[in-house]
Amino acid sequence: MLPKRGLAALAITTVALVLLLSFKTPDATLQGRTGTVAVVEPGTPSTAAPRATATPTAGTGDATAASTIDGPVVSTRWGPVQVEIVVAAGRLEDVVALQLPTGRHSGEISSWSEPILREAALQAQSADIDIVSGATYTSDAYARSLQAALDQAGLG
Amino acid sequence: MIATHDAEAIRRVEPLMGTTVSLDIRPPLVSPDVIDDVFDQLRDVEARFSTYRPDSEISRLARDEVREEDCSLDVRHVRAACDHLAQVTGGAFDARRRRADGGGTLDPSGFVKGWAIEEAAWRIDSAGGRNYWINAGGDIVARGHAEGGRPWRVGIRHPDRADRVAAVLAVSDRAVATSGTYERGAHIADPRTGLAPTGLSSVTVVGPRLAFTDAYATALFVMGLDGMEWLSRQADYAAYVITDDERTVWTEGMERYLVRGA
Repeated sequence: MLPKRGLAALAITTVALVLLLSFKTPDATLQGRTGTVAVVEPGTPSTAAPRATATPTAGTGDATAASTIDGPVVSTRWGPVQVEIVVAAGRLEDVVALQLPTGRHSGEISSWSEPILREAALQAQSADIDIVSGATYTSDAYARSLQAALDQAGLG
Repeated sequence: MIATHDAEAIRRVEPLMGTTVSLDIRPPLVSPDVIDDVFDQLRDVEARFSTYRPDSEISRLARDEVREEDCSLDVRHVRAACDHLAQVTGGAFDARRRRADGGGTLDPSGFVKGWAIEEAAWRIDSAGGRNYWINAGGDIVARGHAEGGRPWRVGIRHPDRADRVAAVLAVSDRAVATSGTYERGAHIADPRTGLAPTGLSSVTVVGPRLAFTDAYATALFVMGLDGMEWLSRQADYAAYVITDDERTVWTEGMERYLVRGA
């Protein structure tokens, strides 16, 4: 729950700061923007995924055939992790998570390391995002499965 | 280890320090030896500071097998920095742990990762690297620029939705750290009460140095929304938080990083 008293305190501080520093005029695109701290209501800020969208080389005149190699299943506290790599012309083309633990159990979610490593292993293919900030936990298992697949492909 | 090296970029991914460390360097590139050194150094820090390894320097210090004044300069530096952080955060960040026998010990894990990555960045700087990022489980140093001279774009993972980011930040020569309950559960406890903090589900701090940026994110997570006023007083640091009821709140300093319409 949002502590109401906390917000009130922020608002007061905000007003004081606005008076002192004469901030620029509020940005109309932001709901509830105040001086020191801006507040946006639920649902407003979410944007599309940072997920890479590269598809393996498939048809369309591309002569290089893509092959897929599955990494081993690595067990974690939260469930199995397994990745598949797509290799074409000796290069890593894509990394796909075949298995990742999902769901929220006791406040723990562990399904989010995929895009981080995927983008690290490939060139950052999303035009929008280079890096993702946020805690990870299953990334170790992900890296191990990925590494094994790369070793198998002779790319490690 | 996953490594690629061509004319455009050097990339490497390696499991380290309980997470995965990834690195992406754009021209001017540095020698692959430098990258090897960087990861060797990180492994060395992991060995010396691990609280899980009984033979680590930090574990030996905890058992009084070695006196602090006889510890390495790094250990003494980390100790001093952790003490400073406990002071400036009013105890919201505190690496000191009380022992059953009444003595004190140190678990600097919350500081060491950021500090080690900062040291790694310094090595890359010294070797001539100007444009790169290092990501240690979501804690990031982003130096210089991406291709075309644009700033690096950092997505802040949405705490509840795996396929979404809550915001995008454009940063250059900055550290970004995110603390949250969403993956590590009640991993962060309020050092003052031992209880899991409530109110915020995700805290992202942007600042000049990763060690402090990371520690401030942890501290702010513990402080809750009331801590935003404190954070906004820290020169050069900015915060973006998501509350348990999905409000997003940020400090004025964050405005310059937030990418509109992302």
